[in-house]
Amino acid sequence: MQGRSRTFIWAVLAFVVIGVAFAIMQTSWWDSNDTVFIQAVVSGMLIGGVYGLVAMGLSLVFGVLDIINFAHGALMTIGIYASYLLFQNYGIDPYLSLLVTVPLLFVVGMGIQRFAINPVMTAPVHNQLLLTLGIAIMIENLLLVFFTGTPRSIELSYARGSFDLGFMTLDFPLRVFGAVVSMPKLIAFVMALVLALVLYILIQRTWLGAAIRASAQQPEGAELVGIDNRRIYIITFGIGAAAAGAAGGLVMPFLFVSPTAGATFTIIAFIVVVLGGMGSIPGAVVGGFIIGLTQELSQLFVSGSSKLLGVFVVFILVLLFRPQGLFGARQR
Amino acid sequence: MTKIMTLVQASSRDLYILVGVVFVLALLPLGVSPFLLSVGTSVLIFALAGVGWNVLSGFAGQFSFGHAAYFGLGSYTVAILLTKYSISPWIGLIAGGFVAAIFGLLVGWVSFRFGLKGAYFALATFAVAEMLRLTFNSIDYFGAGIGITIPLVDGDDWARIQFSDTRALHYWFALGLLAVSIVAVIAIKRSRIGSYMFAVREDEDAASALGIDPLRTKLIAISISGFITALAGGYFTLFFLFIDPDVVFGPLVSVAILLRPIVGGVGTIWGPVVGAAILSLLGELTRTLVREPPAFLSFLEGANGLDQVLFGFILIVMIIRAPDGVLGWFRRKREKGTE
Repeated sequence: MQGRSRTFIWAVLAFVVIGVAFAIMQTSWWDSNDTVFIQAVVSGMLIGGVYGLVAMGLSLVFGVLDIINFAHGALMTIGIYASYLLFQNYGIDPYLSLLVTVPLLFVVGMGIQRFAINPVMTAPVHNQLLLTLGIAIMIENLLLVFFTGTPRSIELSYARGSFDLGFMTLDFPLRVFGAVVSMPKLIAFVMALVLALVLYILIQRTWLGAAIRASAQQPEGAELVGIDNRRIYIITFGIGAAAAGAAGGLVMPFLFVSPTAGATFTIIAFIVVVLGGMGSIPGAVVGGFIIGLTQELSQLFVSGSSKLLGVFVVFILVLLFRPQGLFGARQR
Repeated sequence: MTKIMTLVQASSRDLYILVGVVFVLALLPLGVSPFLLSVGTSVLIFALAGVGWNVLSGFAGQFSFGHAAYFGLGSYTVAILLTKYSISPWIGLIAGGFVAAIFGLLVGWVSFRFGLKGAYFALATFAVAEMLRLTFNSIDYFGAGIGITIPLVDGDDWARIQFSDTRALHYWFALGLLAVSIVAVIAIKRSRIGSYMFAVREDEDAASALGIDPLRTKLIAISISGFITALAGGYFTLFFLFIDPDVVFGPLVSVAILLRPIVGGVGTIWGPVVGAAILSLLGELTRTLVREPPAFLSFLEGANGLDQVLFGFILIVMIIRAPDGVLGWFRRKREKGTE
């Protein structure tokens, strides 16, 4: 394991050196493409923040329950629709409606764990995976039944205004070194970091967090000191679902709302979780940035390829050389 | 020769069942509509893919979530050989099997050497299938995103396995492929390598302590598994006459392949077939229910996606109530009864 970690670090270093050399050699390319490059970096960071947010809840569930939750994206879609409906029908601001969607998803998540997943906690991997897949199918198609498949979107009235902060004025969409930054994406980015901090404190600094970590590391030991593992699982899945709901509410303003809107994030979120190390909140954030940047930059350097190809290459390399992830403890 | 005789004797029950099942299924084209026969053929194709999946994931216990990779390689080998080089699909099907088997060896060698297992192996196989999908989507030689269409010929052409006037021949051909594969799987189950696979599935360390090479066993499993699934993929091309990367390499294909054996019973000979039968009946039932509901359920009529909701719900209940599949559920019932 030791040798492999070192190999991995060398591989990353080699990758960076080659990248820098490539960039210097291509100075003429740089002169004509610097705006494109900066835009790719900025877009990558912004979308990476969202990926981190989606992955956090998934990482918690994966780390504590050891369940591959393929319904995570579908839970996010519930958050997206809740936020959309509150805005469309009652004019409630999407950022304010987080106060509704997050508790809603917390309850939904607890229900799913209590009635569907707790009974299969000791079942083989394929059954757990198929169960969460069944849940995802149900959620997505219920949304389809009620709201049809028509994609919808909203326009925030204040997304294209200017804000006076006293010492400076911000004009949205913002321009950073020539790159365009839309307001909803910036808010989602900042909120993702804030929520990561909240979740980190919850896990690391509270009694509940200690119980969750205990249950993840030593289920039998936790049971011995009076922790009810099944209850911890219910609460953990609730928190994971709530994080998905928050992510849904935050991406709703810049996404097409449809029953499969969240599903597109599921696979990326899994990649981020494995990259960051399962159960690790900082890992999810850093992993989100890496994947966001990989996605945008690989498209820039290898023209004509899909955004995701580079992401999958990184994923396979991580699985092979550092399966415990960047911030993960060694595998159990 | 005596070896084969003992093998036949030891698995005579499975062989009798096989003969019976094939006989009944072979009579089906005489009494159903052409539409249902098409449905039946695609059920057979995915049952075949499931038989392949079952060798790696059921027998050897390595859960694959990316069998679309082998399915797609089979599809594309047949399509490319036929359209670009006019090579008969009889050869194409076998060639596709070997391409998939070699690809499986490669994927297996890398991932098993690095100790991937459980959820991590599942995610890796998924990523591999997705990479193939994205790669085929961008290479012009493989038709890129447009896909490949197999040109139609007039009349029946046995060399090209194309039958125009009747769907029954296609159905029988798929049934034949399935029957041959099941015979192969029965033989594997009864043979030494089959026992090795079960041993590796149950406890890898114990197996290697007994002198079994787990890596070699898993590699054999993945190549056989890939071969059979590629046959299904290749026949998919011949039956539907059109493929593109999303249709044969997409995540939904992987799900479709693993769904049937899991519902039927993982690691059993008949699981994929039973699962295919149950799921297709279930699918037809929910679709009919939504299309022409009985009076007290009339509000369900024409609701888009409702059949899928029902399907998801039944899937969830099934996995909770019958975690070892329908066959496992029956076995437990029977054991309870005899006690």
